[in-house]
Amino acid sequence: MRRSSFVGIAIFFAAWQVAVTATHATLVPGPLPALAAIGELARRGLLIKYIVASLFRVTWGYFAAVAIGIPSGIALGLWRRGELAVNPFLQILRPISPLAWIPIAILWFGVGDLSAIFLIFLASLFPLIVTAMHAVHNIDTVHVRAGSNFGLSRAQLIRSVILPAILPQLIVGMRIALGIAWLVVVAAEMIAVNSGLGFLIIDARNAGNRYDLVVAGMILIGAIGVVLDLLMRRAERLDFVRWGYAQQ
Amino acid sequence: MKVEFHRVSQSFGSMRVLDSIDLSVRAGEFVCILGPSGCGKSTLLNIVAGFIAPTEGEVSIDGVPVSGPDPRRIFVFQERGVFPWLNVEQNIGFGLYRLRDGEKRDRIARYVQLVGLQGFEHAYPSELSGGMKQRLEVARALAVDPDVLYLDEPFGALDSITRLQMRRELLRIWEAEKKTILFVTHDIEESVQLADRVVVMSQRPARIRRIIEIDIPHPRDLSAPRYIALRDQLFAEIGLAHQV
Amino acid sequence: MKAGFGIRDSRFALPVCTGIVLLLAWWLAVRMTGTKIFPSPVDVARAIVSLSEKSLLWSYIRDSLVRVFAGYLAGVIVGMPIGMLVGWYAPVERAVNPVVQMLRPISPLAWMPLAVIWFGVSNAAPIFLIFLGTVFPIIVATANAVRNVPPMFLQAGRNFGLTTPALLRRVVFPAMLPRMLASLRIAFGVAWVVLVASEMIAVDSGLGYLIIDARNAGKRYDLVVAGMLLIGIIGLALDTAFRRLERAQAPM
Repeated sequence: MRRSSFVGIAIFFAAWQVAVTATHATLVPGPLPALAAIGELARRGLLIKYIVASLFRVTWGYFAAVAIGIPSGIALGLWRRGELAVNPFLQILRPISPLAWIPIAILWFGVGDLSAIFLIFLASLFPLIVTAMHAVHNIDTVHVRAGSNFGLSRAQLIRSVILPAILPQLIVGMRIALGIAWLVVVAAEMIAVNSGLGFLIIDARNAGNRYDLVVAGMILIGAIGVVLDLLMRRAERLDFVRWGYAQQ
Repeated sequence: MKVEFHRVSQSFGSMRVLDSIDLSVRAGEFVCILGPSGCGKSTLLNIVAGFIAPTEGEVSIDGVPVSGPDPRRIFVFQERGVFPWLNVEQNIGFGLYRLRDGEKRDRIARYVQLVGLQGFEHAYPSELSGGMKQRLEVARALAVDPDVLYLDEPFGALDSITRLQMRRELLRIWEAEKKTILFVTHDIEESVQLADRVVVMSQRPARIRRIIEIDIPHPRDLSAPRYIALRDQLFAEIGLAHQV
Repeated sequence: MKAGFGIRDSRFALPVCTGIVLLLAWWLAVRMTGTKIFPSPVDVARAIVSLSEKSLLWSYIRDSLVRVFAGYLAGVIVGMPIGMLVGWYAPVERAVNPVVQMLRPISPLAWMPLAVIWFGVSNAAPIFLIFLGTVFPIIVATANAVRNVPPMFLQAGRNFGLTTPALLRRVVFPAMLPRMLASLRIAFGVAWVVLVASEMIAVDSGLGYLIIDARNAGKRYDLVVAGMLLIGIIGLALDTAFRRLERAQAPM
């Protein structure tokens, strides 16, 4: 993030403050009350606790999706018959909002962390499967032929040619899926958990119309989301994937 | 006979690309397959390399029918065949997974020398020029010590000056290593400069129009009368007047 | 990786077979675990039929479609011009981009409390949320498409004496459209997901509402699953329609 980004954000906050004062809005808080609310959370010892709770759920759900989704996507990409068989069902499940799974999640996992993690898992799973599948389809045939020419077995071919070749696209897809997971954490935490940034937003509104806390929650979610995205972009600069972005 | 094509034909759907190709290649021979773009010569090379199975007919090497790709016969693609995620050393060492570390290192060093990429061992393909990438691909192919090399218009993406240099390199390597080479090209001059025999292909469906022996010893003088006569023969065979 | 003989027939045969296997497995699982709550495929099918007989289903679908298209179009109409300016003028990008990056990770649902303050419990709240969900991806995608217009098009336009507004209108906009189609389709997918989510909270009609109501007012999980399937199928149908449009507009 360059210096101009901070200037841009500062201008945004200023404009926001102006808008709030100018319209004498009573319910919508300006940036200052929101930032004060963040301070209040810190004092009550909740700031770190809520951030960690949300990150914890996202981490588990996201990594479960990575562990299951990427190998599945690669397998489907390599096995044309498997893809033809399974793809229509993937396409039907994909447009179903994670929230729509809440009743089923509660039925299967009860109320609490596991349900929330399940929702995050679902939300990240489909984009990851699709990314891995497309990445495999987009491999240059030349490289696969070269690999098999050197006498590689199927397993060696996957390890030495296919995986390195798809890694750049996979990492971009993983970054996008992480963004989705973080988006969904708000929705996922509506399932009667009692910690986390999404919970903060829902609870602050229900228990006393504390809109400064709501906006504080939004600011925190936005900021952490940006940090996560920047961290993932770091991964795109590593040597063994950087080649994949130069050719665009 | 090292490589034998017996009545090889290839159709994709209703489109007949190759028509009854019969050809024999001796061990250590440099054979050019010459024809206009799209005539099916690359398909022929992919068949003998084992990437495609012929619709009819059969190819055999050392008497054994070809059933798939084999590390004893390496296909050299155009320079985009090198693996972009591996550096020069790792690319050359790609096929050497059966060797012990010391042997592998020696082999890699030897071929880095042979193609003139010293100093670039840790460079990635994105940092290399087109000519260097092509040399890298040749080094990777040679490192596994194959019997036969297949080259599919390998110098097509290079500028004409680099192309001349690469042809000289290739001939130097060929004379040093004594491989059998099948080289596909659409460049008439290139075929006369390189080959022992030139197989002239017709338009699709491709048949062998003629096989012309190039009986000039290396190094070949590009102004010598014999060279020019053979080149003109090929021009005539392809059906072109040699005036623009 | 050669195409086997029956690949063309497999396109239908394989999913159909897999579908039958999955339905059987689902039915068996329900029978064998003896669950009283989770519906079997038969229950779900019956639920869909009974829903379609009551006109309620169709009015729910209509409400959902109205909301999603309204929110999506709003996102496009606002997002594309902003995106074009961001992609074209570097100062605009410097000003707008950080704000977009900050607001983008905030789930539209997090805006729900504010939406309810501003719009109350009405159609406007979901439409606003859908708008939020689509406008940021569209701004980013439009900006990228503008940046990737081949420079030679711009040079040709200037060569023929076009001013900047004319250049944007007659060269940049048509040139970037084909590149935008995939992003527009994906943005619609987002709109669909946000729609369902927003309908589960502060409205009283629509497919999302159907699901949450079915569970709350009687644990009717057959309706829940029926609703989910309808959401998936309609979402897929809309996505396929978009893909047809994409293919009809072959890229330049």
